[in-house]
Order: sequence, then structure tokens, then C-alpha cells
Amino acid sequence: MNPSPKKTIGAFLLNSYGVWFLIYMMLPLLVMVGAAFNNSPKLPSPLPWQGFTLRFFPDLFAIESLWGWNGGVMHTLIVAVFVVLLALPIGTSGAIMLNNLSGRSRAILYAVMIAPVLTPGIVIGIATLQFWYSFNVPAGLHLSALGQVSFIAAYVMLMVLARLQSFDPTLEEAALDLGATHGRVMWRILVPHLAPALITGAVLAFFQSVENFNTTQFTRGHSETLMVYFGSRGRSGVSPTICALAVILIGTTIIGEIIYEIWRRRREATREVLP
Amino acid sequence: MKEMLRRYGFSLSTVAVLLTAFWLLTLVILPYLHLFLESFRPYLIVKEIGGVKDVFTFENYLSIIRNPTWTPREVFGFQFSTPMTIHLWVFLLTIFFSCIATFVAVATCYPMAYFMAKILPPKSLAVYWMILIIPLWVSELMRAFAWFILLTFKGPLTVILIDVGLLSDGVRWTWYLWGYSGVVLALVYVYILFMLFPIYNSMTSLDMNQVEAARDLGSPSWRTHLRVVLPHCKPGIASGCVMVFMLSVGSLLVPGYLNSPSSQWFTEVIYARMFEQNDWNGGAAYAFLMVFACMIFVTLAMRVFRVGLADIAK
Repeated sequence: MNPSPKKTIGAFLLNSYGVWFLIYMMLPLLVMVGAAFNNSPKLPSPLPWQGFTLRFFPDLFAIESLWGWNGGVMHTLIVAVFVVLLALPIGTSGAIMLNNLSGRSRAILYAVMIAPVLTPGIVIGIATLQFWYSFNVPAGLHLSALGQVSFIAAYVMLMVLARLQSFDPTLEEAALDLGATHGRVMWRILVPHLAPALITGAVLAFFQSVENFNTTQFTRGHSETLMVYFGSRGRSGVSPTICALAVILIGTTIIGEIIYEIWRRRREATREVLP
Repeated sequence: MKEMLRRYGFSLSTVAVLLTAFWLLTLVILPYLHLFLESFRPYLIVKEIGGVKDVFTFENYLSIIRNPTWTPREVFGFQFSTPMTIHLWVFLLTIFFSCIATFVAVATCYPMAYFMAKILPPKSLAVYWMILIIPLWVSELMRAFAWFILLTFKGPLTVILIDVGLLSDGVRWTWYLWGYSGVVLALVYVYILFMLFPIYNSMTSLDMNQVEAARDLGSPSWRTHLRVVLPHCKPGIASGCVMVFMLSVGSLLVPGYLNSPSSQWFTEVIYARMFEQNDWNGGAAYAFLMVFACMIFVTLAMRVFRVGLADIAK
């Protein structure tokens, strides 16, 4: 194994490119973190540095329309829970149906299921709003939840479908032959096999819903979610409190990643002990 | 279907079919169909709905070319002296700059995906993913807002460059590129991971023996990429392009934070028509113009890269 000099140069270039790419992805976030702690009262910016402050965090929690039982954060959580509760069974059903079809009917069904993923979020919002309005259902967060389900269910469907590829249908056959009921077969064989996809699907659906802006903005009526509160104000709503929220989100993400990593390593360790 | 009945029984199969039908009919097909039909109805006051004026019309679509002005327009040295409405011009520029953002994203993600899938040792790979995923979870709004801060007039970028001595005065970072520099920069950053993931995924299944073979046979690395690696990644590249283009065209947050005084995005035109003029039918028509643009892009991507729909949406 003697790497040619040309190959090492190429590897070196690619390595430094990789590092630059990481810096490029992280730098804007670091700028936000800096701005969250810089005592610059109106315009959020890490530079010029005007002294360390924590005051934007209390400021964030002092925004009345965000907190409390009828605030934006509560709205966001309620919508997200509804989206998870709807998207999970719907996406799973869709995947099971696709798995039992073949040929042209499968291709057509697949295309229809995928359509919302390939449609801009604002079009989904407009379509949902106008469709339900024709039945005199007014705009509001209930429509936001329905609009979000239409494409988030497709994400769940794709994850469950991928997981179904590794499923051994003879297990179901065996259980049925041994006299298990259909419900029992599903609950004891299919669901445990799909569990990893269902868990990641639920987490993904939840956060997709929380971060959704486009669909929600067109369907929400006068209600506000967390992202809508900041996003719909655009540049007139710019304030360092957004950076404080960013710090909280970045922190949550990193903690979530660490927990996931620990869980993954433990699982791998137990697998090595019990083959 | 018979197979499904046998395997899951009547009641469970019915539930699955009903749930899927609810999803596809009431959340997808019927709303889209309704929107399509609405886009051919005139915008009327409530009293006139269902009356003589309520007829089938293309006017909502045609309004994008009605009453054009002769203002000469220019982008990238191309002069447009044909009469054009501001809406049509914004529509074309939205598509144009979304294409640019998509192209920049492909060009930057391809080497990165190759590096991560084929060169990076697995241990560092895990760290890379952990870092790359952070901006994704932090939400689209935060990613766009970060660039708003970065590019503000006399903001951090200016301050650093003045300190280093490269600049002597504040720069309007978002005013370049015919007023779209800020939008394009932020679009690339906000949606770049939707390009990286699919290209990386298609890259992982590439057999490195093929690359070795090409190298042993004396192929220079650029040709190996052009003939071996790139063709293998076509589904991933097509998928990434479709996603980034669609997200860019439909973006509300990025132009909201990074528009310059001379730029506008088509989503803002739609929003204004829907909620400021209250013209829902017109909004429906413009929304469909956007969908048509995306459909044409998907079709082109499928043709150019010779892949199927199932490869694009994974």
C-alpha cells in the first residue's frame, strides 16, 4: 500500500474541503449564539461586542403571546402532538397498502402519496385553506395540522416502507398457521419489527411540525405558533430574543444528540454481549 | 389486495384502507382538485358568486401578463425590452435564482458527499453527521435568520472585514446580483442539506472497486468521476436538485429576511394576492403556476438524469 503522491494531495484537499464545509454550516449558528449574548439592544449582532448579557433570555420568556395556556408555544405543541397522532397511523397504513400492491396500481398510489412532499409548502397551505373553507370550516390551527399531516404522513410512510423491506412475511404466516388472531399478529410481530421506524418517524414528525412555517402561515387564521410568531413579523420583528431562542434550540439539539449517541452505544454493547 | 385481507383480516385491512383513503382524498387529491377548479373562477363579491358573472375563465392566470409595462429589465447582462408585468418578471426571476441556488448546492455537495461516503473513516463520519445535523434541527427560520444577521448593513461580516483592513466602509451585502445576492446565499445555506443527504445516500452504494479499476487503467480522476462516480449518483443528484429547487421556489422565510429593496419573491406575490387583495382565486392560479414550474423541473430532472419518480422521492 503505497499511496501515490497525487492521491495524498487529493485526499488532503478533500479533507480540508470537508472541514471548510463544517465551518460553513456552523458559522452562521455561532453568529446567532454570539448575538444572543451581546448587549446590543436593538439589532442582533455578535459584533461590535458591547458586553456580555443574559437579558434576552428573560425577554424571550416575557413575550406574552408566546407563553401561557393560549400562547404560541402551547399552540405549537398541540399541533405537533395532533400531527404525530394522525401521521403515524396514516403513514403506516399507506406503507402497508403499498407493500401489498404491485405494478401500475402501486406506482400510481406511490406517486399520489409522494406528491405533497414535492409540492411547495405554501401550495399545500393554500389548498387546505380553500378546500375546508368551501365547507365553511374557518382558518385556524386545526387546518394547519391537517395541512402538515398531508406531507408529514408521507415521510412516515417512506420510513415504514423502508423498514418493511427487511420484514420476513413468513413470520406472519407461521403465527397465523399456529392460530394467532390477525390483531395479535400485527401487535406481536409487525409492530415490534416496525418499532424503530415508528419511533424515528414520530420524532421526525413532531419536529417537522414544530419547525413548519409555510403551510402554517397560510392556514393559521389569527392564531400563532412559535415559528409563525417570529417568522410572520419578518424584518419588523427582528430582535435579539430570536437568537436567545436559537441558543435554546441548538442546546436542545446537542443534548438530544448526546442522549441518542449514549442510547445507541448501550444498545450496541448489549448486542455484543447477547448475539 | 387479497393477500392483505388474508394477512391482516377484514377489520384491520379496512382500517388501513380507510386511513389511506382519508389521507389521499381529503388531504391531497380533493384539496388540490378544488384549488385547481377555483383557479378558473373569477374573483367576485359574495353576492355575485353563482350568478351570471361566475363563469369559467383563464383570467386569473392571464393576469400575470395583463397590462405589461415597457420598463427595460436586465439580469446577468441579458436585456429584456419586451413589455412585461412585474408579476411575470418576479416569477421568472424566482425560477432563475432558484436554479442558481440549486446549481451552487450541487456543485458544493458533490465533493462533500464523495468525501464523506468514501474517504472519511467511520469514526469521524459519526462526528461529521452530528455536526451537520445541528443546523437541520434548529429549524428553517433560524437558518435563514442567521444569514440575516451575518449580512446586515454594518453587521458582523462588515465589522470583521473592516478590522482586517479589507473594507473601509459598510457594504450592502444583499444588494448585489440584481438585488438577489442575500436571497441566493441564504437559499443555498438553508436547503443545502436536502442536497447533501440524497447524494451521500446514492454515493454509499458505489463500489470502490470500480473507481480503483478506472484508476488502474489510467483514467485521470476527473474522468473517473465523470464516467463512474457521477453516473452512479444520478438518482441522488436528481432527488437533491428537485428538493432544493422546490424548497427555494416556495420559500417564504428566506426572501422575507434577505430581500433587498429591488428584489421580490413569487411567494410574496401570492401571499399579497391572497391576504392583502383577498383574491383567493387569483392566489390559487398563481399557486398553480408555481406547481407547474416545479412539475416541469421534476420532469426535466427525470429526463436529464434518466431516473424514475421513486428514485427522486426517497
